[in-house]
Amino acid sequence: MTGMHLKTRRFLVALSAVSILSLPTACGGDGDTIRVYTGRHYDLEEAFEKFSSETGVSIEFLQGSDAELRERIAAEGEDTQADIYMTVDAGNLARAAEQGVFINIESDLLDEAVPESLRDPDGQWYALSRRARTIVYSSERMSSAEAPTTYEELAGPEWKGRLCLRNSSNTYTQSLVASLIGNVGYDEALRIVSGWADNAEILSNDVIALKSIRDGLCDVAIVNHYYLVRLMDDDPDFPVSLVWADQEGRGTHVNISGAGITKYADDPELALQLLEWLATDGQNSFVDGNHEYPVNPAVAPEDLIADEFGSTFVADDLNAAEFGALNADAVRLLDEAGYE
Amino acid sequence: MALHRKALRDGLAWHSTAVVIAAVVAIPVGILTFSVLNPSVDVWRQQWNTRLPRQLIETSILLCGVGVGSLLVGGGLAWLVSAYQFPGSRVFRWLLIAPLAVPSYVLGFVTLSVFGFTGPIQGWWREIFGQDAWFPPIRSLGGAIIVFTLVLYPYVFLVARAALADQAGSSYQVARSLGASSFEAARRVMFPQLRPALAAGVAIVAMETLTDFGTVQYFGIDTVSVGVFRIWRGTFDLDAASEFATLVLLFALVVIGLERLGRGRARFGQAGGAASGLVQRRLTGIRSVLAFLLCGLVLTLSFAAPTVQLLTWAIREATGPRGTPLLERFAEFLGNTLLLATIVAIVCGIGAILVANAARFSGRSRTRLAARIASVGYAVPGPVVAIGSVFVLVGLDDGLGLIGIGLPGAVATGSLIGLVYAQTVRYLAPALQTVEAGIEQVPHEMTGAARSLGLRPRSVVASVHLPLARTSVLTGLVLVTVDVLKELPIVLLLRPIGFDTLSVWTFNLASESRFEQAALPAVAIIVVAMIPVGLLARQLFRGAS
Repeated sequence: MTGMHLKTRRFLVALSAVSILSLPTACGGDGDTIRVYTGRHYDLEEAFEKFSSETGVSIEFLQGSDAELRERIAAEGEDTQADIYMTVDAGNLARAAEQGVFINIESDLLDEAVPESLRDPDGQWYALSRRARTIVYSSERMSSAEAPTTYEELAGPEWKGRLCLRNSSNTYTQSLVASLIGNVGYDEALRIVSGWADNAEILSNDVIALKSIRDGLCDVAIVNHYYLVRLMDDDPDFPVSLVWADQEGRGTHVNISGAGITKYADDPELALQLLEWLATDGQNSFVDGNHEYPVNPAVAPEDLIADEFGSTFVADDLNAAEFGALNADAVRLLDEAGYE
Repeated sequence: MALHRKALRDGLAWHSTAVVIAAVVAIPVGILTFSVLNPSVDVWRQQWNTRLPRQLIETSILLCGVGVGSLLVGGGLAWLVSAYQFPGSRVFRWLLIAPLAVPSYVLGFVTLSVFGFTGPIQGWWREIFGQDAWFPPIRSLGGAIIVFTLVLYPYVFLVARAALADQAGSSYQVARSLGASSFEAARRVMFPQLRPALAAGVAIVAMETLTDFGTVQYFGIDTVSVGVFRIWRGTFDLDAASEFATLVLLFALVVIGLERLGRGRARFGQAGGAASGLVQRRLTGIRSVLAFLLCGLVLTLSFAAPTVQLLTWAIREATGPRGTPLLERFAEFLGNTLLLATIVAIVCGIGAILVANAARFSGRSRTRLAARIASVGYAVPGPVVAIGSVFVLVGLDDGLGLIGIGLPGAVATGSLIGLVYAQTVRYLAPALQTVEAGIEQVPHEMTGAARSLGLRPRSVVASVHLPLARTSVLTGLVLVTVDVLKELPIVLLLRPIGFDTLSVWTFNLASESRFEQAALPAVAIIVVAMIPVGLLARQLFRGAS
């Protein structure tokens, strides 16, 4: 939607709306409060409470879906209560930046804590946690030597009927395909994704994909790493293992959960303080609950994932802003590939 | 003469009221559909070459399947429990509406968890018959049709039961006593009187199915509503998404058109009271067992089994090592849920009563058009209504600013008012439809008589229309309450900071695929929704047994 369009629409509505409704007023007294609109749900309370108890700043947050919250902030404009917009994917952050929702953050601390590929080049948003989308396989029916090691490989005929993938409406699927486009170009990405679509049973979430490997529907799948951790947490003998994809090549695709400060934040300094804390001292309380990897190279991941998967792996360093901006292309590509 | 002029003036006032309500309610949808005037040609072409044809086909099959399914299940069971007595029939008569309390997405994820490939049923199946044993595909169009039918048939059951207990049943009885065979009496006398009720019930079912975008995705179904979200959430093109939302509206128009056809020509305006319904026959032997089993099966699949499964998960998770997140805020979520549902039901109820009565008093055919326009929110998916409402509310904030009322912050979008407004936009239709049906039952002569005795329309409404249409009004309120209790996308987007409900809590867990942890809030929704549903059952079927 173009800015012009939005303004016209808002003006039209303004005119008609005034005459129709009248409202009682409500006041929001501020004080030291940060308000966060967030598409992230994992154990946020814990991290925020910790920050509050350390700083005395209280945090209020509104959980929802990334895209809807972004539209709400964009529409509310200067009236928005949101100081920070937080998502679970790069696409919506890139789109928010494009819509002019964010300010440019200038923080040496953040620039140091968050590697370059995990933040917006203009400092509009920063990643705060990393979720690797990689390959998993049945450790009962396959040896680690038989496991596929690249995303491309899964498009080959030998995986026909043996692959489980998540549906194309899902943002993680879209991000992965966007990163393929960014790395190998649209046409080659289309060839790979069409191959996947031919081979795969498409499922509605990663947990079902993992359980489908356990139960023999397929032998391999592409999932976010923490879903496997969660199932292993329940059942230490869960018969699925993880491969870090593409370690000889460009590395495993990593999607992010990240945040930026909105243009109309009441107190941008305070909001920045929270982001800085989340990227440094607060990293573990922010990412561990969901078994994610920290963005800050100086922070160690929790023992559970470090023991199971190792604390480092080669990650694709395509900038999140880049594949975020390619999200729309990825959706069109998925359509074209006939991926359900 | 003076009386006549007064009637005209009153008529105009009622007409204007209906028009204003319709306008307020239709703006959020209207605003978005405006973008169709300037279509995103590339997106349409791209969609037409890829997913759109399949979406059109799958939407059509899904709607037909669920429509026919709920007609057979809802209508059939209504006939069974109305016309016959068998063990449990008195309980089934009201218990069969219980699935109304179950959100379709909840039955969707329970069904997939239990009957899906990775669930226990197929696990046993494979153990017995081998790894490659055939099992009907659950995550399929057929699976989705069954799930929607199971949660939505009560809408048809409800209206069919009411009609059978009333005029349609009595007429059947009269025809039988005059010597018609049971088939003839049903075909020629009862069915024509039943048709409007059945058509209305199936239309509601079709609307609920059409505007769903969560459950269908669990089942891998690509509908036009799913298409709207892919475009919006995936390509961030709100304009194109709005254009595709008009496709959903188009389907809704077809549904409404079919409903009009399905009603038949019959118009029945008889005051209730005298009708005594069907005389029930007692079933014996194998037939009574079969009738019992049929009702029991439907109720088990749609309500009892999923509720028990959810309870099992809920207890296991709440007492397990992880616990259920936010359990300590349960009372708050419950309170918010009840508050919201109550306010929206009251607002929709008042709106529906005003609009439905306006049609009676205004003497203008355009008032009826206004009533149809006021129903538009029910014909588009919740998130579309939510986004449209955000634009309206932001416009309202801006507008108030323009005329010098400077308000701190986003009053409209950041308060309960915005949320109630959007929910009303979405759910005025079910209230309106039932209240209208109730008022239509009141003969015009009765309204006329009351007016000629000097009563103002307002008094006619209070002392004639509402008492006679009491059951319909209550039904409308209950349908709205239950819908709001289960509703997710609007409350998710438009609630004020800190105002979380049971469905938001369910979503937060389910969206991370933590379905078993989501069982507790999900089952809480069902339990809470049982309150209005029970109330309705009592009111509707009090006299029947």
